[in-house]
Amino acid sequence: MDLAKQIEPNAEIAARRRAAGLLARATTNDLRAAWEKLPTKPEVRPVRGPETGLVMVRGRIGGGGAPFNLGEATVTRATVLLASGTAGHAQALGTAKDNVRLAAVFDALWQEAGTRDFVEAALLDRIEQRIAAEDKQKAEETAATRVDFFTMVRGDD
Amino acid sequence: MYVAVKGGEAAINNAHRLLADRRRGDRSLPSVTIEQIVEQLGLAVDRVMAEASLYDRALAALAVRQARGDMIEAIFLLRAYRTTLPRFGSSVPVDTAGMKVERRVSATYKDLPGGQLLGPTFDYTHRLLDPSLLTDPPVDEPERRSTPEEHIMRVSDILAHEGLIEADGEFSEDHQAGDLTREPLEFPMSRDLRLQALARGDEGFLLALGYSTQRGYGGNHPFVGEIRIGEVEVEIEVAELGFAVSLGRIRVTECQMVNQFKGSSKAPPQFTRGYGLVFGQSERKAMSMSLVDRALRAEELGEDITAPAQDEEFVISHSDNVQATGFVEHLKLPHYVDFQAELALVRKMRLDIEAARKGDRGELQEAAE
Repeated sequence: MDLAKQIEPNAEIAARRRAAGLLARATTNDLRAAWEKLPTKPEVRPVRGPETGLVMVRGRIGGGGAPFNLGEATVTRATVLLASGTAGHAQALGTAKDNVRLAAVFDALWQEAGTRDFVEAALLDRIEQRIAAEDKQKAEETAATRVDFFTMVRGDD
Repeated sequence: MYVAVKGGEAAINNAHRLLADRRRGDRSLPSVTIEQIVEQLGLAVDRVMAEASLYDRALAALAVRQARGDMIEAIFLLRAYRTTLPRFGSSVPVDTAGMKVERRVSATYKDLPGGQLLGPTFDYTHRLLDPSLLTDPPVDEPERRSTPEEHIMRVSDILAHEGLIEADGEFSEDHQAGDLTREPLEFPMSRDLRLQALARGDEGFLLALGYSTQRGYGGNHPFVGEIRIGEVEVEIEVAELGFAVSLGRIRVTECQMVNQFKGSSKAPPQFTRGYGLVFGQSERKAMSMSLVDRALRAEELGEDITAPAQDEEFVISHSDNVQATGFVEHLKLPHYVDFQAELALVRKMRLDIEAARKGDRGELQEAAE
């Protein structure tokens, strides 16, 4: 069996998942800044949306048991087609239609060999760094509220 | 005779115009913005999202503003809005074990992996009004402490490791999670459907019922195994891609209640559990939900049903505050005809009684003579 052939599609899926997840977190500023930097603006045709709808968010009984319906969340999605024929797709929580349409354009550009590096550098890395910094800050702020118990008399020494 | 009544139109228009004026209040004050409500009245926004059963902070803040701070009115507005949107699908179940934790406490273990993380809590405040907040004083940045990235283990997993607690609730393979937004309520219902109803249930109602179990009306001897608040990833399978992608994160509150143990001649004693999961930061609601979830498992666990909190039909039928307010508040709408009918009935009954009395007296007199 050709192991490389098995791994390759999985790596591609993982990369696409990462890109889609980061594009879902893109802010208006992230997207506009990347668009401004784009050397040649692509010709884009809308295929679907941007449109806002609902996703039923599910939880699990006891945290890890059978699924149940927790409640819905707003989500906006868009699909676009570049003149080159590449389809881009994006979706994100919330109702920011312009952001999601632009994210779909960048999803298409990410899929094209010529522009993937640009999208990674100008947009995805930036979003990833921002999320990492925010997460680190929150984690550290939370850690400062961790209780350090101490006992007045220790029994073991 | 029924007479159609018209003539409210101008009054209604003027009433709504007056409402808009009162909502805006004193024009010399700046108008409150949606961003300000999201940032500074965040827990009000969270409650509206939880009970409207729709996660969208900006829309919930809009509802709070439009409703002049009336929470149930805001919940109603957001609930009504959700009916205008199509549903794209269901998420992959959120993984609360992988939560970006902002608060996590356990009342059952002092020293546990991940530690007791107090987070932004009202606990241990003295509940004294703070006059400094009458103005807008500068606020210190939070303290920070560097921390290694560590997995914050669920307390239920610690107990499960020793087999001392029942497993997370499971159903048979072919069980489909029920959805009360799609199917009418039928009793008895499965636990998944109950949890959906409780997650959107009125906080005050669930708090009162949870409290009633503590006071002995269907008591189940609860311990807070764990409360955790933080963000979880929402993922959805995308048909176009053929795999699940993240849509972003939402903040939720989870409560694992550890309850009185149960055993039999066949099974060794084990703690039972109640579960709470709520949109936003709302541990009062999550705790109440887990108490009521456990109480409603009475039949499943072979307990006597003696108290209101254990009565599934009573609890679930009355937990939705949009339904409740609709039926209670409809009483103020015109009931002129119904009332006229009852008034005529009461008048006739009184006439009949008086006539009967007169008749009796006549007969008595005749008998005496």
